[in-house]
Amino acid sequence: MEEVHILLRNKNVEHMIDASVSMKMGGYDGLRNALSMDGAKVIETLKESGLRGRGGAGFPTWLKTKFAYDAPGDSKVVVCNADEGEPGTNKDRVLLSSDPHSIFEGMAIVGKAIGADRGYIYLRAEYSYLFPLLATALKSARNLNVLGNNILGSDFSFDIEVRSGAGAYVCGEETALFESIEGKRGEPRTRPPFPGTYGLFGLPTVLNNVETLANIGPIFSNGIEWFRSIGSENSPGTKLFTVIGNVEKRGVFEFPMGVNLKDIIYEVCGGIAGGKELLAVQTGGSSGAIINPGQIDIPLDIDHVASSGGRLGCGTIFVIDDSNCVLDIVKNTLEFFTNESCGKCIPCREGGVQLLKLITKISQGKGYVRDIDTMIDLSITMRETALCGLGHSTAIPVMTSISNFREIYDKHLDKDYCPKCSPKEETPERGLND
Amino acid sequence: MININIDGIDKQVENGITILEAAKLIHVNIPTLCHHEDLTIKSVCRICVVEVNGQNLLQPACSFPVAEGMIIKTSTPRIIKARKNIMELIFSHHPQDCLNCNKNRTCELQSIAEELNMSNPIRYEVETRGKEIDTSSPSITFDANKCILCGRCIEVCNTIQTVGVLAKENRGYNTVVAPPYGKSLIDTACVNCGQCVQVCPVGALTIHDDINLVYKNKLKGKILVAQIAPSSRTTIAEALGAEPGTVSTARIVTAMKMIGFDYVFDTDFSADLTIMEEGNELLKRITTGGVLPMMTSCCPGWVKFCETFYPKYTDHLSTAKSPQQMFGSVIKTYFADKAGIDPENIFSCSVMPCTAKKFECNRPEMKASGYQDVDVVLTVHELSRMIKAAGIDFAQLEDTPFDDPFGLGSGAGELFAATGGVMEAALRTVYEVLTGKTLENIEFNAVRGFDGLKEAQIDMNGTIVKVAVVHSLGEARKIMDRVISGQADYHFIEVMACPGGCIGGGGNPIRNWKKVEKRTVQVYEQDKNLSIRKSHDSPAIKMIYDEFLSEPLSEKSHALLHTKYVNRQDILRI
Repeated sequence: MEEVHILLRNKNVEHMIDASVSMKMGGYDGLRNALSMDGAKVIETLKESGLRGRGGAGFPTWLKTKFAYDAPGDSKVVVCNADEGEPGTNKDRVLLSSDPHSIFEGMAIVGKAIGADRGYIYLRAEYSYLFPLLATALKSARNLNVLGNNILGSDFSFDIEVRSGAGAYVCGEETALFESIEGKRGEPRTRPPFPGTYGLFGLPTVLNNVETLANIGPIFSNGIEWFRSIGSENSPGTKLFTVIGNVEKRGVFEFPMGVNLKDIIYEVCGGIAGGKELLAVQTGGSSGAIINPGQIDIPLDIDHVASSGGRLGCGTIFVIDDSNCVLDIVKNTLEFFTNESCGKCIPCREGGVQLLKLITKISQGKGYVRDIDTMIDLSITMRETALCGLGHSTAIPVMTSISNFREIYDKHLDKDYCPKCSPKEETPERGLND
Repeated sequence: MININIDGIDKQVENGITILEAAKLIHVNIPTLCHHEDLTIKSVCRICVVEVNGQNLLQPACSFPVAEGMIIKTSTPRIIKARKNIMELIFSHHPQDCLNCNKNRTCELQSIAEELNMSNPIRYEVETRGKEIDTSSPSITFDANKCILCGRCIEVCNTIQTVGVLAKENRGYNTVVAPPYGKSLIDTACVNCGQCVQVCPVGALTIHDDINLVYKNKLKGKILVAQIAPSSRTTIAEALGAEPGTVSTARIVTAMKMIGFDYVFDTDFSADLTIMEEGNELLKRITTGGVLPMMTSCCPGWVKFCETFYPKYTDHLSTAKSPQQMFGSVIKTYFADKAGIDPENIFSCSVMPCTAKKFECNRPEMKASGYQDVDVVLTVHELSRMIKAAGIDFAQLEDTPFDDPFGLGSGAGELFAATGGVMEAALRTVYEVLTGKTLENIEFNAVRGFDGLKEAQIDMNGTIVKVAVVHSLGEARKIMDRVISGQADYHFIEVMACPGGCIGGGGNPIRNWKKVEKRTVQVYEQDKNLSIRKSHDSPAIKMIYDEFLSEPLSEKSHALLHTKYVNRQDILRI
């Protein structure tokens, strides 16, 4: 199976940090076209392209942009979410390091759409080594006047700053990200007000994922028709997939939306490593659904994955072989979420820990049927009442693993030993700020 | 106006109100824990979730605004189930010791538990934070184990009072509200105002309980001498179940005598004494080119705030002690002598609306009589507990007058309870002393009310006296910054740490602005109903100057009724 490289088109080009090299490769052509449009026309183009957010929720990019466009105010902001925090995911890192100008270009076009004069890239703290690279790239973009005052001779001015937090997963949630940039404790805000009207520094804000932004330049240079010809009807374009876990070949791959999950695992990635059998797949990062081998024959686009109870999310595919136990995987995920909960709202702060305690109890063979029921109940409450996406999605791996692997859960009840579960231990210590 | 349907009832409501507010219009009280009507929306407890058409997930009623055509359900089985589950989660991380909790039967968590019919065993493992209870502060007891992280105290401490002692620490399950750097409250900039206690929905922040100290000293055979602050008489009945603003001056005396207090005096007397000293100090500063603006010093929360954050400017503070401390000195000197009691044998106790007074009475400077001037401060809350514990049906009590010789205060002293009251009382006296004329219109409406900053100018025989009144320490900070930059050309500024003044104090029953308003109305009513409304007209004041102090600012006055301030800047260092 051949990859389709649109976002990764410049992956092997040398010196892509240099804006002039980027421009030779067609970089900033989209911006040049967008500069001749007014804001409404830019948004119209985004709408017709059908581009949807690549960060997780799959929200239509044009609509997000329009919220900020419609919001009153002279000062507006564009934010690039480069806080790629999903465990195992590194597609944004690949884009940031291999083609940073495609991201700047996307930000400038969104800035043009809403009339923003500045943008922020919120860089994941663990990616701090990219700071100098981005600074160099920004400098060279300013030198060639594709950023800065009166871009390419137009009356549009736009510049970008890079900011970073202290490494909290929750700061990938857009409002927590704003709080972090503002120098506050990284906690999500209650909504409404929505970022479109009250975002970073209280200004109307459009926030997009790195990958979403990288799509915008090509749309404006190659046209709507070209873009819609790739991918599926409701999710046009390509998607970056980070494949991790027990496959022969791991990495970041680019395919049109709608590519089959089974094909990615077996054809692109060479199947399960070491001659073992497939046990489960988690799509969309730690907050994604855990599905069984009978469920992997699905097209990967935003709506299909959503209708099967999970989400395409950031496109991470975590392949798990049968030397593992699903409970162990879920436990690991819950440890992650309890460590990363900011502690602001009760369902997430208290619920995550209780889920972890319950699954630990079950995995140690000390559980009862009612504990599984309690987990389901608690998952529903967290999903329905938590303040932000972190609390909502903590429940997803729990609920999907129970419905897709119920027999494995049942096997653990009232038995004291699962050969595949990690060695028995007491409820894990939750260290401070770890 | 927009149309919504809430629990099956069509209703026209104002656009932009929250679902919580809309539900009240159809007489549904959606349970809330983090929400407080006087504070910003937190939306963190998620107890108030409701169903909204078009929304997949439940939405918090406290923050979700209504919109045209919205259909809302506030109590479906799905909602009740979610609320109960959240309550269970709270319980799983909260001590199960309601029976001996200070907040028993006044706890918001407890009452919601009762309303939601929480009667089944908790399905989750119960674990508390294992934090030691911080009893270091003389004013506030902090039990982090009971905290539900609603964030109310954080807003009060940081945004309203700008003291900045309480903030969140750690993350997730390990999140706690705590003073910085692992310090105990006593070692922080905490000014002891107790406004955090006023907003805490549970038993995490409570008043430091000194009731046993009173019982102990009674058992030792000490003579219990009490003074009752102006605002206490307006709030103690409320603390015992009456409507806010129920005045019960003479019933308090009855109850306290029944409990075992030997003498019960009226702090109005020493409020008048404060006016005499402070008023004359102001006159002296104006006429002799002293440091201006002079600022009031009767609020111990404000005094500590100034000593901590503005230590270079404490010379603006009047040197006059607060009414409580003046009375303390007088009781163990003048009164002891007059009544023939050995001051050693007196246990001096004041009933205050204030938690910071507990700190004040323990200040090392407050030993002018040769003993600790005031031995213990009981807040209104604590006295009400003592009355309850004695089984007294407070509402049915007969009246008893205050004891002589300090039973008669003026209306001016009464005003100390409300923001602007000290200023108004001072103006009544300063005007007459400075001009030698009788003040006809004694009600200074410009300094009444709840505006953050109130200003007035009074022509006193050609001298224009400019005054300002602020309440809450956030406002105090603003005016101090103006004083420092030379943009506050006032002669006299009244500062009260608590929003609304003492009547909204941290030692009073749980406040909200509506209650504080009702109480304040009664403060002014009491002033109106008194025959003597100016401090210098009070016979008790005349008597003490004739028999003991000779005149305001005399040597004796200075020794007993005035104080010094310290620099507390170091407390801000790590």
